[in-house]
Amino acid sequence: MGAGVVADVAVIGAGAVGCAVARRFALDGASVLLLEKGADLLSGASKANSAILHTGFDAPPGSVELACMQAGYREYLAIREGFNLPVLETGAMVVAWSRAEEAALPAIAAQAVGNGVEDVRLLTAAEIAEREPHLAPARAALLVPGEHVIDPWSPFLAYLRQATALGARLSFSTEVTGGTFNGEVWTLDTTRGAFRARSVINCAGLFGDRIEALLLGAAHFEIRPRKGQFVVFDKAASALLRSIVLPVPTERTKGVVLCRTAFGNVLVGPTAEEQQDREHAATDGATLQALIRRAVEMVPALARMDVTATYAGLRPASEEKHYRIVARPELRWITVGGIRSTGLTASLGIAQHVARLYRDTKEAKHHLPSRLAPSVSMPNLAEHLPRDWQSPGHGGIVCHCELVTLREIEAALGGEVPARDFGGLRRRTRCAMGRCQGFGCLGRLAELTRGRLQVPLAEGGGS
Amino acid sequence: MIEACDVLVVGAGPAGLAAATRLRERGLGTVVVIDRDPLPGGIPRHCGHSPFGMREFARILTGPAYAQALADRARKAGVELRLATTLVGIDRGQPLVATVTSDAGMARLMPQRILLATGVRETPRSARLIGGDRPLGVMTTGALQLLAERGLSPFRRPVIVGSELVALSALLTCRSIGARPVAMIEADERPTTRRPFLLLPRLLGVPVRYGAALARIEGVSRVEAVTLDHADGAMERLACDGVVLTGRFTPEATMVRAAGLEIDPGTRGPSIDQLGRTSDRRVLAAGNLLHPVETAGRCWAEARMIADGLADDLLGSSQGHETPVEVQAGPGIAYVVPQRLAGSAPGMGRLQIRVGGARNGRIVVGTDDGQVAARPRARLLPERRIDMAIPALAEGVRRLRVGIEE
Repeated sequence: MGAGVVADVAVIGAGAVGCAVARRFALDGASVLLLEKGADLLSGASKANSAILHTGFDAPPGSVELACMQAGYREYLAIREGFNLPVLETGAMVVAWSRAEEAALPAIAAQAVGNGVEDVRLLTAAEIAEREPHLAPARAALLVPGEHVIDPWSPFLAYLRQATALGARLSFSTEVTGGTFNGEVWTLDTTRGAFRARSVINCAGLFGDRIEALLLGAAHFEIRPRKGQFVVFDKAASALLRSIVLPVPTERTKGVVLCRTAFGNVLVGPTAEEQQDREHAATDGATLQALIRRAVEMVPALARMDVTATYAGLRPASEEKHYRIVARPELRWITVGGIRSTGLTASLGIAQHVARLYRDTKEAKHHLPSRLAPSVSMPNLAEHLPRDWQSPGHGGIVCHCELVTLREIEAALGGEVPARDFGGLRRRTRCAMGRCQGFGCLGRLAELTRGRLQVPLAEGGGS
Repeated sequence: MIEACDVLVVGAGPAGLAAATRLRERGLGTVVVIDRDPLPGGIPRHCGHSPFGMREFARILTGPAYAQALADRARKAGVELRLATTLVGIDRGQPLVATVTSDAGMARLMPQRILLATGVRETPRSARLIGGDRPLGVMTTGALQLLAERGLSPFRRPVIVGSELVALSALLTCRSIGARPVAMIEADERPTTRRPFLLLPRLLGVPVRYGAALARIEGVSRVEAVTLDHADGAMERLACDGVVLTGRFTPEATMVRAAGLEIDPGTRGPSIDQLGRTSDRRVLAAGNLLHPVETAGRCWAEARMIADGLADDLLGSSQGHETPVEVQAGPGIAYVVPQRLAGSAPGMGRLQIRVGGARNGRIVVGTDDGQVAARPRARLLPERRIDMAIPALAEGVRRLRVGIEE
């Protein structure tokens, strides 16, 4: 994939945004090159989030963020069946336990209506108790029926598979180290040689400002990583909760959310901790315990539930609250920066927005006409829909906690966009993500993945 | 299609195989054992060391040989073993239905009784709430053994966490793959295993550190170091390339929870009566699912007793339906198994008690009307099981309390 070929567009970063952008440009007829520093897609900020598909009811009115969220929400619901992607229609409740919180609800409702989310309504204490019998008795709540839960990983793999079916080229383990623009074409120097493209879309997430500084000389914004820690409860806990439970937000954060996951667990998080480090997203025992306490305050029966997993992610927040999407037509450059926690929902909308910014340039004229979307069907990982273990010929169960079959593991290690590291395999199949965290399957997985992952699970074992 | 059988045993470890074999010996017709693994035998299959089998075969065997002997005996008794078959759900309606999956797809069985013998697993990093990064190279002993069996080596210089018996197994497994542990650490000030066992690390040149808790794991791709939190408040960074989390066994009670059966907060396994019956009399449990964790031989013997009770029940010489006596664990008692006594059938015949922490005292068993049994004052240690005969109880007793008297 040498320097000889000039792509229409180089996308830097295969996170949620980069994958959606690559797909959008491929659909619009552009030849796309996607460069990713990590071994696999979703290796940075996008690997850890709360997996909520937001309506935008509480987003800043009139913002690009709101527009992108709502466009992203609509497009996801429109295309997800074609991709066999799930949606868990939970609805959300902004729950008020204190008088002050209760007093804040009408303003939140008004903002929701102003944002076009008109089906919200206030619930009385009795209505809450009926809907969520395990929730600690609350004073009032705002019901937002359109908030849903999705699989946070499969959509982006689906977008990449569609993009590659349209001819997009992906290069992983490819870190951009420099580059020049000669007025016509960008030459991007990377750890895997030089790549050329007529335009660059910077979707580098936690490193977006660094990429901009590296290639444009200065960055117009500064990434300030915000860490979020999460705790995942055992599947048995999912019987305790129906809706996404949102706290009444504060100035700085949406606060700690309690929700089910598409995989049949219950999730509590995230925290919001500013940090300098862009690589390490460390958990700490005391914070995890505090999250569990918070979850138990909300749903007391969670005290009896086991913890299945803990993790932390970094949100690429910037020094300002809003998205930092800026086009530099003279440099054939668009930066998509500061995409914080709403990026999962907004990704498809951001891609539309970026494509519009780009269409205003004359570069778009190079393209072939828009193309028909090739059909891509994803293996379902959601618990409420049929899973692979239900149909014959699956080769047996490899991961017993998550009921992941041999057929699923092999599919994820092969085909279009195969898993290239263990995290990628986990995100494609759920293997080793269950309550035993690999007690039963690590040996088998090490064997099955031998020679196929960039960082092997183990050494030795013959040829 | 739905397939009828007398008893479906879930788990082909020592308890499941012992119970199934016994049920056939007692004259039950179809006894089906399923196991999610492709080979029978359960945990001993992964323990390449002795001693196993004294009680069962009157000779000393290695774990794998013992597992094989149990499976052979079960097959000879006419037990039907179905391997690489996973239980995915129990429907407790009428009739009782179990859904399983294997390479052939989903299948449904309609047994008269289900006996769950799904064993235990070690508590992984996540449930221990250990902080830090999430690199490769952090695993339980069980996972390490499954790698080592395949000749695979996930690290060279790991830290071993814990001092239960299984920590020594982790140590030996490390040796077998050429890994040299940096240290064994134990958060407590004393080992959880009897002291003589801890000569082993010394012989192998592995330092043992007490009062050292694992606070953080570092490393982006692989483990690079751990931070130890010492009892005196000092923090210490220790370079290593792996972490083995040993012990802190917890019952594999997923199906118990999913089926809505009562869970004992002490054992985290199903709450049972002395006949192994859970809160639904048609679903029984045996083996380490009941109590984390006892030896294979112990599970084997106990499962046979549970199988005898079950055979009596199905063959008609059944136990009555007396109102059960609740067995309560008092302060300082981690758990008591069984959690309920129903009728006069002997079943497992004794109360198995574990204390929560080391202390001196005597175990007393009492009813609302006073003490009915006691053990002499002794040093009580959490790693030692305490057995007491199930006391004879007067009519009308509804509650037994097990406690510690200083």
